[in-house]
Amino acid sequence: MSQLDTLLEVLSWFFILSGAFFVVIGAVGTLRFPDFWSRLHAASVTESAGVLLVFAGLCIQAGFTLITVKIIIIGIFLFITGPTSTHAIANAALVTGLRPKEVKGFAGVEPEPLTKNPADPAEPE
Amino acid sequence: MMFAVGIIAVFVAMILVLIRLFSGPTLYDRVLAVNSFGVHTVLLIGLIGFLTDRPDFLDIALLYALINFVGTIAILKFFRYRAIGDKLHIKDEAET
Repeated sequence: MSQLDTLLEVLSWFFILSGAFFVVIGAVGTLRFPDFWSRLHAASVTESAGVLLVFAGLCIQAGFTLITVKIIIIGIFLFITGPTSTHAIANAALVTGLRPKEVKGFAGVEPEPLTKNPADPAEPE
Repeated sequence: MMFAVGIIAVFVAMILVLIRLFSGPTLYDRVLAVNSFGVHTVLLIGLIGFLTDRPDFLDIALLYALINFVGTIAILKFFRYRAIGDKLHIKDEAET
């Protein structure tokens, strides 16, 4: 194997391993995160980073052939539909009333409501 | 050989997502797990295609990615509007 081949081989192995790492990390995050909204983020880690890295590794393995074109097409499609489906899930959850839990801020104080109560007079500066 | 490592990693990720699928408290955890499982399947098919030197697996992976997305949206639409089709005909019957 010439110098370049070994370099490409090692590079593709690096991409596939890091992609696999991100896939497993995303799955662990999906399992262990406390509530739905943080799990949503963890799941989209696999869809974006994991998929792209693994497919990049496969592209290098395949070189300049039709296979690489197919992989790029799948990658583009997953890159577009990943966030879209995540958004659809989040929207469906939010609309049907699944609200993120209002946790106390760093100062241990209840965060003021998102929408200012119109009845409240404006606090003097 | 590195494909085998990738396949094992995707398998482990699939099992973890399946655990989330069965234990997920809310419906949307389960929809999220199904969607994530589908993406893992796409990766698995791609990697197995490369492991066994069969480039035609990538067409299957592309098809699976398409169907997985459509399936997720269909599930969400069903639970959101209680019907996949349009509900206009129900309203018309009620009015006539």
